[in-house]
Amino acid sequence: MSAPIVSRSESANTTRADDAPALSRALTNLRMAPSRLMQTMFRSGPPKSDRSRSSFVFGNVFLHLHSVRVHRWTLRWSATAGLGVLTIAAFLIALVTGVLLMFYYKPYPEVAYLSMKDIHFVVPTGRFIRNIHRWSANIMVVGVLLHMGRVFYTSGYRTPREFNWIIGMALLVVTLGLSFTGYLLPWDQLAYWAITIGANIAQSPREVTDALGITASFDPGGFQRLLLLGSDTVGEEALIRFYLLHVMVLPMALLALLSVHMWRVRKDGGIVRPIDADQRLAPLGNETYPVFTQAPQKTYQLAAIVRGRSAEVGNGPENTVPAMPHLFYAEAAVFMVTVLVCVVWALCQDAPLKELANPNVPENPAKAPWYFLGLQELVAFSAFMGGIGIPSIVLLGIGLIPFLERETEGTGDWFGGPGGKSLVFGSIVYGLATVLGVEAFAIHFGWIRQWWVAAPQLLITAINPGTVLTALYAGYSIAMIRRYNSTRAGAVGLFTCFLCGFLVLTIIGTHFRGPNWEFYWSPTLWPEH
Amino acid sequence: MTVKPHPRSGADEASRSDSQAVRASRLDEEPMPRRDFLGRAALWSAASAMFLAVLGIARLPRAAVLPSPSKKYRVTLPASMADGVAFVPQGRSVAIVRDADGIYAISTVCTHLGCIVKHTPEGFECPCHGSRFGGDGHVVRGPAPKALSWLALQDTGGGTIMIDEGKVVAAGTKVKVA
Ligand code: HEM
Repeated sequence: MSAPIVSRSESANTTRADDAPALSRALTNLRMAPSRLMQTMFRSGPPKSDRSRSSFVFGNVFLHLHSVRVHRWTLRWSATAGLGVLTIAAFLIALVTGVLLMFYYKPYPEVAYLSMKDIHFVVPTGRFIRNIHRWSANIMVVGVLLHMGRVFYTSGYRTPREFNWIIGMALLVVTLGLSFTGYLLPWDQLAYWAITIGANIAQSPREVTDALGITASFDPGGFQRLLLLGSDTVGEEALIRFYLLHVMVLPMALLALLSVHMWRVRKDGGIVRPIDADQRLAPLGNETYPVFTQAPQKTYQLAAIVRGRSAEVGNGPENTVPAMPHLFYAEAAVFMVTVLVCVVWALCQDAPLKELANPNVPENPAKAPWYFLGLQELVAFSAFMGGIGIPSIVLLGIGLIPFLERETEGTGDWFGGPGGKSLVFGSIVYGLATVLGVEAFAIHFGWIRQWWVAAPQLLITAINPGTVLTALYAGYSIAMIRRYNSTRAGAVGLFTCFLCGFLVLTIIGTHFRGPNWEFYWSPTLWPEH
Repeated sequence: MTVKPHPRSGADEASRSDSQAVRASRLDEEPMPRRDFLGRAALWSAASAMFLAVLGIARLPRAAVLPSPSKKYRVTLPASMADGVAFVPQGRSVAIVRDADGIYAISTVCTHLGCIVKHTPEGFECPCHGSRFGGDGHVVRGPAPKALSWLALQDTGGGTIMIDEGKVVAAGTKVKVA
């Protein structure tokens, strides 16, 4: 309906152009300028019908990262739980509040701390904005983890979505990187010592190279630390590097990856759904009408004939609804909920700000942001294995999931596939029991050096409670593969166990570790210092 | 990929094209005509030039300017130093200890993850992950991979010493100071 409008006004113009004097034509053009601007911005005209709304989405570079039509299954709350969109919403909120903070923040030691104090105590709404920034970043981390869980348990990583799973992992790493780099910026005690520890974890391959006596010629650890800090100590060079990463490099990387991620969701045929989704959905309501009742006015336009199966080949458009407005309403709802949570949280709790960083007195206990405390718990037994070895193994394992597990049973259903819910439940029990057992043992009886002071360093590095856990989990996973004769069962076992391990270690690191990283039943029992 | 013989010459291609036109469709990969070779060569040299340039540029963020404060400094010893009680100069991470054999300096930077250890009657303890070290810096407990370093020190007379944090000496190296 829009195309005729454009041509009609066009032709009206040409007739007038012939007789009217140039000056009055200019005036008319001036009067028409706003509507012409709208026309060239949104060629499809006002989005008033399904078709013009679809063209609207199609013709907009941002919107068209979505598909134009979405399957009704996708819009069921249980399909995604809105978690991906929640993560995006949290990111956007952090983006906007972060830009606001940059008006006052100065990335130089001590000055940085003072500017944080200004933001917190002097700048109007400064504390509020800072709180929102901090809490939305936390929500983003929670969101990305839950989203990964959703994709895993609905088998959303299977063909043709393997690559998007990998892009998702890159997003996970960048998200954690953003949080970690942001943690240093306030330049308070918490920040300073968390980054000191983090930078030394980057250096920890030296544990191995030292033990082998090759550090002088081959020192990846020292190189990593130097690259991160730009100096021997956490100082002005480190701060400017972290600032650059935090406000420029990582956000841009995240935006680029996110665009690919969203675009791939569309190209991979939308969100994963069961093969018989159409039959399982209730019939279409009366208010929706099928796609092809009106003859399309425009035939397809092809750049070239595409070979092979695109995700849409063989799938009719029935049982889909236009993304605008159905999907957009859902997205806006998730977005508003996220904003609401951030605002309420920011009103209730202030982001922490400790004393000015003091390189001579460590904060005690010196704790990283909560989502790294599980790792810090492992690092407290040996730095290289806990801080680099185990995380690499976990990332590698997650990355291999879609390539090792190529079954089809249960795709698109929560906990689908062999074993189903009872396998997940059993894995939770096993995963929790194992991690609690290993930790209780380590806390009660100590670890290798308590029994054998002269133990060789390579042994101490290698045998970390994390290594033991990983081995136990891997063994369980193999047992599940054999029991159910299914790689999916093995993947479910492993993934669930690691989630349990992550959860328990994080809680222990956050709540049960006090000064000198000793075990306390509650922070209220910490000795005064 | 379907492998097709390269056309040997322009004449070849012309004579072939009639019979080929029947079988080839837009779906088939195209053979590489000779003139494309130059294009590809240009593309590859541009790509390798970019790659080498990126390698060169990547040298920039390697820390070349190390702005850390000088690691060599003079310390005035307090008038009386009890045996076995460490003296930590203001703002430095080094413990200076005197015993019957002389004076020695032990770095208080934990070899695990760089926290600052505290001197106690039994030795040193790290607040971050609970590493413990003996009085001479050897590891007693916890995750630390190495003993604390002993640092070079030099008697500069008049109750002052010069410490060089950049220079590690063998454990047990003590210096007699008047
Ligand atoms: C910043 C982090 C991330 C953002 C903002 C994000 C966003 C999204 C969104 C909006 C979707 C559409 C479906 C939905 O809303 O759930 C999606 C789908 C998907 N994501 Fe992510 N994601 C992130 C990280 C990850 C991670 C860590 C993984 C896995 C390792 C992952 C794997 C996938 C896959 C495979 C799909 C397609 C799932 C399906 O078809 O059901 N994403 N992502």
